[in-house]
Amino acid sequence: MIGQKLLFSGLRTSASRWINRLNEGETFLTHVSFKKVTGIRIQFKIDSKYVLGNFYCINGRGQASFSSCSPKVCIVGSGPAGFYTAHHVIKARQDAEVDIYERLPVPFGLVRFGVAPDHPEVKNVINTFTQTAKHSRCNFYGNINVGKDVSVEELQQAYHAVVLSYGAEDNRKMGIPGEDLAGVYSAKDFVGWYNGLPSCQKLNPDLSCDTAVILGQGNVALDVARILLSPINILKKTDITQPALEALEKSQVRRVLIVGRRGPIQIACTIKELREMAKLPGTRPEMLAADFDGITEALKNVPRPRKRLTELLLKTALEVPNEEEQERRSKASRVWAFQFFRSPVEVLAIKYTGVKSNLKQLEFFHVSASVLTGELEDVPCGLIISSIGYKSTLIDPSVPFDSHKAIVPNINGRVQQVAGLYCSGWLKTGPTGVIATTMNNSFDTAKSLLDDMASGTVDLSASKAGFHSITGLLEKRGVKPVLFSDWEKIDSVETSKGEAIGKPREKILTVQEMLQVVHK
Amino acid sequence: MALVAALRRLSHASLGFYSWRAAAATPTFGAWITGQRSFTVGSQPLRSDKVTVHFINRDGDKITVKGSPGESLLDVVINEDLDIDGFGACEGTLACSTCHLIFEDDVFKKLGRITDEEMDMLDLAYGLTDTSRLGCQVCLSKSLDGLVAKVPESVADARQSQDG
Repeated sequence: MIGQKLLFSGLRTSASRWINRLNEGETFLTHVSFKKVTGIRIQFKIDSKYVLGNFYCINGRGQASFSSCSPKVCIVGSGPAGFYTAHHVIKARQDAEVDIYERLPVPFGLVRFGVAPDHPEVKNVINTFTQTAKHSRCNFYGNINVGKDVSVEELQQAYHAVVLSYGAEDNRKMGIPGEDLAGVYSAKDFVGWYNGLPSCQKLNPDLSCDTAVILGQGNVALDVARILLSPINILKKTDITQPALEALEKSQVRRVLIVGRRGPIQIACTIKELREMAKLPGTRPEMLAADFDGITEALKNVPRPRKRLTELLLKTALEVPNEEEQERRSKASRVWAFQFFRSPVEVLAIKYTGVKSNLKQLEFFHVSASVLTGELEDVPCGLIISSIGYKSTLIDPSVPFDSHKAIVPNINGRVQQVAGLYCSGWLKTGPTGVIATTMNNSFDTAKSLLDDMASGTVDLSASKAGFHSITGLLEKRGVKPVLFSDWEKIDSVETSKGEAIGKPREKILTVQEMLQVVHK
Repeated sequence: MALVAALRRLSHASLGFYSWRAAAATPTFGAWITGQRSFTVGSQPLRSDKVTVHFINRDGDKITVKGSPGESLLDVVINEDLDIDGFGACEGTLACSTCHLIFEDDVFKKLGRITDEEMDMLDLAYGLTDTSRLGCQVCLSKSLDGLVAKVPESVADARQSQDG
């Protein structure tokens, strides 16, 4: 009943052009930004030395440390970047105390809300983050919206150093007409919906169509494709939310097109995610052979990672499968395909017949393009998910921000022109890379911070009150922080709810309900 | 794959536990034997089933430890509580590349086949070389005694982070 059409420009760039680009030494790796952060972090217990007890302030109200000159560091955001930065600081300086502020009552950022539900192994990093959070010199303060409940300047006054690591929560826009029509979603919202992000729970995507188009070919795009196509009995055993599971159970989507502007050799996903698609039960690939012309020759001088990725893509797309695989494919009821060299130009509505009232809501799209070869392609579809990248936003006007690159301008994590202010993770680099990338980049920021403490650039001579001076402000403003022990209550409710229905966890979907559990 | 990896991990973990117990028991047992027979045989080398492993950490420090056959290098790092930042983030489930290690040519050849899944994760590793492996996938055997595993430096490499 829904009809949307996407019109693509046939960007039939000849393969030789890509080869030339290679030979000229130009980077051939797409600079695409929709890679999902996969969580990070270690298992061995760096903290075993400190396990003796909570000598310092564990809940921000207590004892000790108030008058000492121990370095007090504030971290804004409790995703992988926040936790890795905290970990490194705590470990490197035996006197440093780190407070992690988080807007939601629950920690771990994109590990909880971004990592696909069918990738539980990536979420193992939560174990390491939990060790860090429970360290005697680390505190978690959730339910505090920095920029609204407390300003960055107030934090800078209360702490010797502030590290911004709140990530990239907005999405890049396609900038084409019709992208705001009903039925077009950003991957950020779609992922947030099935992963239980409170702000995305009203998305309620319409899955009653046959064909879905995903714009972008990064790991987030493949996560979305996999969730749309996976057999429901696989998803049932994950921590995907129950409303999403029910919607997907009724989904009519049988065909998912994953569309990119560039060619097979520039594809932005990583090989693990591609291999998962190739093996996804109940599905078969269906690609256009012409998209791969000349690719084999282009591969000769390409570094191993890109080469293996492209070879797997070629194999999946073109190779005649063996008997077993042929049988698997012949039984498949769902289809997926990469489509290359296509730029979306416009999302256009397809006229409805049947329902007269409320016509505006029922109109959908197709896209029209203008490009090099100018050929236009019309793709009817009922669902469009734009997965062309995340984008950081500014949370406080006092912080320098490069709105073109959507990052906080920095040198090795030191925010330019503001002493004592740092950034790490996607806010520092832009939204690309896997967890190992974020880990290294967060360690680097922590090193900059530690160097500055050692050199005196960060002045440690005056003692700072840390959370003690913030807690009064929060009280005045009616904000009740959620502690890590409170999160553990939420965690235990969620895991036991999940256990009852054979899932590792059933996430609580509203902030209100999370707070009810905390204050029960 | 995740399931296989998880099972593998489980078996690794239980092996690790077993060998930990064995290691704890061995000195007593060994001392008892040598105590009984010292006047005839002389002292036997203790823990002769152990495999010596040298790690070269990021700062160039050499750490020498012993592991048991069947343990993975990740198990060794965890059991010995080695201080290698960020090592083994996904806990040996082939979902990250943080246990990336680099070997000498001849050792690398002895390490056995690499699965596609391991290669996939290695492709995302910092400072990938032709003799790179993931520590969680390399299992110790007596023939690897004395192996040297280098922890690659973490370099914030623009190319890597774009491709990662």
